[in-house]
Amino acid sequence: MSAASTTLVATAPARRGRLAADSGFVLIVSLVMAFLYLPIWILIIYSFNDNRTLTWPLTGFTTHWYEQLFQNEQLLTAIGNSFYVATCSTCLTLLVGVPAALALHRFSFPGKTIFRRLLLLPIALPGIVTGISMLNMFKMFGFNLSLETVILGHATALLAVVVTQVFARLQRLPKSLSEASSDLGANPLQTFIHVTLPNIRTALIGAGLLSFVLSFDEIPVTFFLTGRDNTLPMYIYSTMRRGVTPEINAVGTIIVLMSLILIIISVVFTVRDNTSKGIA
Amino acid sequence: MMGGTFLSRHSAKLVLGIPILWIVLFMLVPYGVLLTYSFWIKKYPLFVPAFQFGNYWTLLTDPQYVQVLLRTLKIAALVSVASLALAYPFAYFLVFRLKNHTIRVFLFMGVIAPLWVSYLLRAYVWKTILGTEGILNSFLMNIGIIDEPSGIFLYNQFAMVLTLTYIFIPFMVMPIYTALEKIPGNLGEASADLGMGAFATFWKITLPLSMPGVVAGFTMTFCLSFGDFIAPFLVGGPDGQMVANVMVSQFGAALNWPLGSALAVVMLIIVLTIISLSDRFEQSGKVEL
Amino acid sequence: MPAIIELSKISKHYGSVIGVEHVDLNVADGEFLTLLGPSGCGKSTLLRMIGGFEMPTTGTITLSGQDVTHLPPQKRDVNMMFQDYALFPHMTVGQNIAYGLKMKGIGKNEARRKAEDALELVGLVDKIDQQPHQMSGGQKQRVALARAIVREPKVLLLDEPLSALDAKLREQMQVELKHMHDKLGITFIMVTHDQTEALVMSDRVIVMESGRIAQDGTPEELYEHPLTPYVANFIGTTNFLPARITQRSAHETRLDVAGQILTTQFDRVPQGDRVRVGVRPEKARFLNGSAAPGNILAGTVSEHIYHGTSLRTAVILPDGTEFYVDAMLPFGMARADAPAIGSEVRIGVEPENVLLFDAED
Repeated sequence: MSAASTTLVATAPARRGRLAADSGFVLIVSLVMAFLYLPIWILIIYSFNDNRTLTWPLTGFTTHWYEQLFQNEQLLTAIGNSFYVATCSTCLTLLVGVPAALALHRFSFPGKTIFRRLLLLPIALPGIVTGISMLNMFKMFGFNLSLETVILGHATALLAVVVTQVFARLQRLPKSLSEASSDLGANPLQTFIHVTLPNIRTALIGAGLLSFVLSFDEIPVTFFLTGRDNTLPMYIYSTMRRGVTPEINAVGTIIVLMSLILIIISVVFTVRDNTSKGIA
Repeated sequence: MMGGTFLSRHSAKLVLGIPILWIVLFMLVPYGVLLTYSFWIKKYPLFVPAFQFGNYWTLLTDPQYVQVLLRTLKIAALVSVASLALAYPFAYFLVFRLKNHTIRVFLFMGVIAPLWVSYLLRAYVWKTILGTEGILNSFLMNIGIIDEPSGIFLYNQFAMVLTLTYIFIPFMVMPIYTALEKIPGNLGEASADLGMGAFATFWKITLPLSMPGVVAGFTMTFCLSFGDFIAPFLVGGPDGQMVANVMVSQFGAALNWPLGSALAVVMLIIVLTIISLSDRFEQSGKVEL
Repeated sequence: MPAIIELSKISKHYGSVIGVEHVDLNVADGEFLTLLGPSGCGKSTLLRMIGGFEMPTTGTITLSGQDVTHLPPQKRDVNMMFQDYALFPHMTVGQNIAYGLKMKGIGKNEARRKAEDALELVGLVDKIDQQPHQMSGGQKQRVALARAIVREPKVLLLDEPLSALDAKLREQMQVELKHMHDKLGITFIMVTHDQTEALVMSDRVIVMESGRIAQDGTPEELYEHPLTPYVANFIGTTNFLPARITQRSAHETRLDVAGQILTTQFDRVPQGDRVRVGVRPEKARFLNGSAAPGNILAGTVSEHIYHGTSLRTAVILPDGTEFYVDAMLPFGMARADAPAIGSEVRIGVEPENVLLFDAED
């Protein structure tokens, strides 16, 4: 990071001041990165430590905590539930979010400002409000809580993520592309399929992957809307009541690994998309 | 249905209809029900419909709730300030000082990436670090700085601010970075050309132009930490309860949904107020670049 | 020639803002028509209404007799070449061109063959499998042209087609587009803010001003007989001088221009006596010695502006107005031959080159 190559065309004292400033900045950057990543490494390291308590110094290497995970029926069920919830809510939120982004981008209609405000509200709205208000509604209308109610809650909470990402991409797409398409004889649906969709594809994949991860990890909405079934984070949350255990670190490490894979996939898609258009 | 475009009527209806239906069904109706419940009365074993402001009155007068509300506001503010103090110089360095594009993108992604890692785990790991029997204490004992485990790290407001800053700092970096990136480089050059020093340039040019990003970041970190109940649960301790924890208990052990709903309404109002304030700021401070 | 497009009482309002106001216009089959004007004059809006991208607030548009006012673009037999070319970035050149054929239901092989023919026409047949981003601006422009004409539209719309090209290439493409028009025989309607482009390429030019048609005519008519000072100023350069009519007759009008007398044969003489005279700089010349009587303006040379092929000389008339005289610099003639700065000169203007307009308000 000290290799931060800044081009300096200045007099000696100015250069010295600049160098001092730059070392200050490098310090801050290193601090922020350490702040963000040391805890994650600690999480991972202690998942391989052969001691039930999480203390320094490390005592030895083991994969015991991982082996235990695979015998934990409850945990495996919770993982399965999380996959189900995350997959369904991602699909739903894309199905609603993409038309919403299109509407925001294409149309002007009365009440559009309120429409946009409401769509984007969940970005800054704590999940607990979404969770509680939907819980109230389901209760009032006599619906039983289940993984399906969780899916509806997640889709609502994550809608804003999809809308912002897809809308941002649509904004960058020249309007003339869809005009050219209709000029060349395509109806709106054909234009959407042949021109709009291929050009927002990577935004969809990115938004979809992010929704999946966020839904997979979601607690506040799930907390209120789940019935008897537990998702993975809810299961972890309940074991945390009993204190700190290396098993949690092991699950956490697996989740970190999974997130990392999804991040890489999304980066690869974005980069490939940019190079194929010569933006690089 | 206008818009000057040529989408046929049906697809236009569908495109607009689906999200509107969703918003009505899963946002407006639930908020309406929430509001309704907040006027009801708790009557053992459940609650009965009513229209009265008793729940709100309790929230505003019972010192127990007032204290929690004030504490939550304070912690959310501290988290936002701490995030800003770290995020601004970080983003500034990335945008204006770091000329290597690859390293810049890498560092920026490095800040965002933790958002993809479970938020529960990111809070949990601080519990393992700060606890009395935790990693920090045992490490300090191991190298001889302290003799016995100290309880000062965990179960207090410092631990909460630290953990929440850790969780929400990406939300501060992203908008500030975007705002700084939008400032044309030649503005700085023009300012230097006109004889302004680096500090004056920052104060008069860069900072005002990046304010929308700062406001957006502040809004997000403030609102999100305001409504958090995981960090208080894990690292907050007895005097670390926040509004969301009270809400959880009203819907759980205390079984007072009307009061919990009233609290949720209050939270919704506070969030909406902050959002519209920051919107207004953005509108008034909008500069065409 | 029969009209292929008829615009009748077309207006387009955006709320209280007027984009286009009350435009009537017929376009003959096979014509090269240009809509000319500064940005915001409504020319692009008019073109986009013909293409179907915007709907007029009032009025009707017919295309070969059929009312298409409210038809979407995909149902109109016209095609557009977009200013930014709007090539689909995720398709090859060939796929871009075949797109409009595919939408017509034409089979893959035939579409490919037609795409090749169209590329042949614009000289890019070897680029059929390239991606748009691999091409230069000029090549993209040709692909956009090929994509628009491959559907054999009745009318081709061109929205500022050359504005993204550099000066040299633009000049070359002006001629190429004109040849393409001759070869295809279909109607071209072009929008531009560049008067040279309009004069070089078009059969007919519509000059627009604030949403209305300011003048409609051939390039020669617009240049030689501008109806308004706006048109005279937008196309070419014009010296404007305040004047007073001293005598009217059937063939000639006599004017007092700052105490000097000019006659004109201009046929549209304004009602009032206070008028404005317009003279093109290149239609005025310096007189030496005691040459030709009448239609002479005297003044003092104040400045030379060198244009390469011509020299512009600024002359200050007795009343203080500045008057430009352009002289071509053909072989053997140098700027040194022009009257020296500070010297008294006499400028001769033929009566047929004196334009008349209403006085300024």
